[in-house]
Amino acid sequence: MSTTTPTTTRLQIPTPLRSFTGGNATVAVTGDTAGAAIANLVEQFPDLKQHLYDDEGTLRSFVNVYVNDDDIRYLDGPDTRLGSDDTLSIVPAVAGG
Amino acid sequence: MQTTPHVLDAIRAHGEATYPEECCGFLLGRVTPDGNHVTAIQQVTNRQATNRERRYTITPDDYQAAARAAQAQGLDVVGFYHSHPDHPAQPSETDLAEATFPGYTYVIVSVQQGAAQNLTAWALAPDRSRFDPEPINLDTTTVSEL
Repeated sequence: MSTTTPTTTRLQIPTPLRSFTGGNATVAVTGDTAGAAIANLVEQFPDLKQHLYDDEGTLRSFVNVYVNDDDIRYLDGPDTRLGSDDTLSIVPAVAGG
Repeated sequence: MQTTPHVLDAIRAHGEATYPEECCGFLLGRVTPDGNHVTAIQQVTNRQATNRERRYTITPDDYQAAARAAQAQGLDVVGFYHSHPDHPAQPSETDLAEATFPGYTYVIVSVQQGAAQNLTAWALAPDRSRFDPEPINLDTTTVSEL
C-alpha cells in the first residue's frame, strides 16, 4: 500500500493577521487543494478562524484566496489543486461608503 | 497611527482631485509595537461602477498588486484611505458593513465643496461591532509618495 504526502504550500498572510501567526508573513500549510490548505491554516492558528469565517462557517465575503496571481473563484474554487511551487495568498476586497 | 504631514497632505490632495467622487488608496508602512507606522500611500482607482460619489471599491487584484509593490520596497499594506465628499470624516454604516480585518488603519478625509477638511483615522474593533478612533501622531521622517 502506498502512502502520499500532502502538498506543502507557502501561504501569505495579510498584515494585520500576522499577529496570529507569530509575526510571520508566510506560513507553510499542507493540503492538496486550496480549501484543504486554508483549513490547515486554521488548524495551526485557531484564533484566525473568527477573522476568516463568519458565524455560519463560510469564508467572509471580503476574503479572497489566490493561487499565485489568480483568484480561486475563477479556477476551481476550494477544489483548486495545489503544487509545491504555488503560493497561496489571503487577499481582502476593500469597500465602503 | 504614526505618520508624516506629507502622507496626510497626499491623502487630502487625492480627495480633492477626485471630488465629487470618492478617492481611495493604500496606507503603506510597517506594523510596530506602537501601532501602524505609515510612511507612504499608494493611490488606486475607485472600481465602483456607479455611485462613486458615495461608495468606493478596491478589488483584490488591486490589493495584490499594491501588496507586492510595497513588499519590493520592504513595506506592507497597513491600511486604507478614502474620502467622504460633502460628508463628515466619520465611518458610515457602509464602511462598517464592508470592513475587513481588525488591525488595518482606516483613514477618512472629508472633502467639502472640493476642499479637504477633517482627516481622521479608525480601527475596526476586534468584535467587528464598530470603528474606534485611532490617534494620528506625526513624525518628521522624510518620506516619498509612491
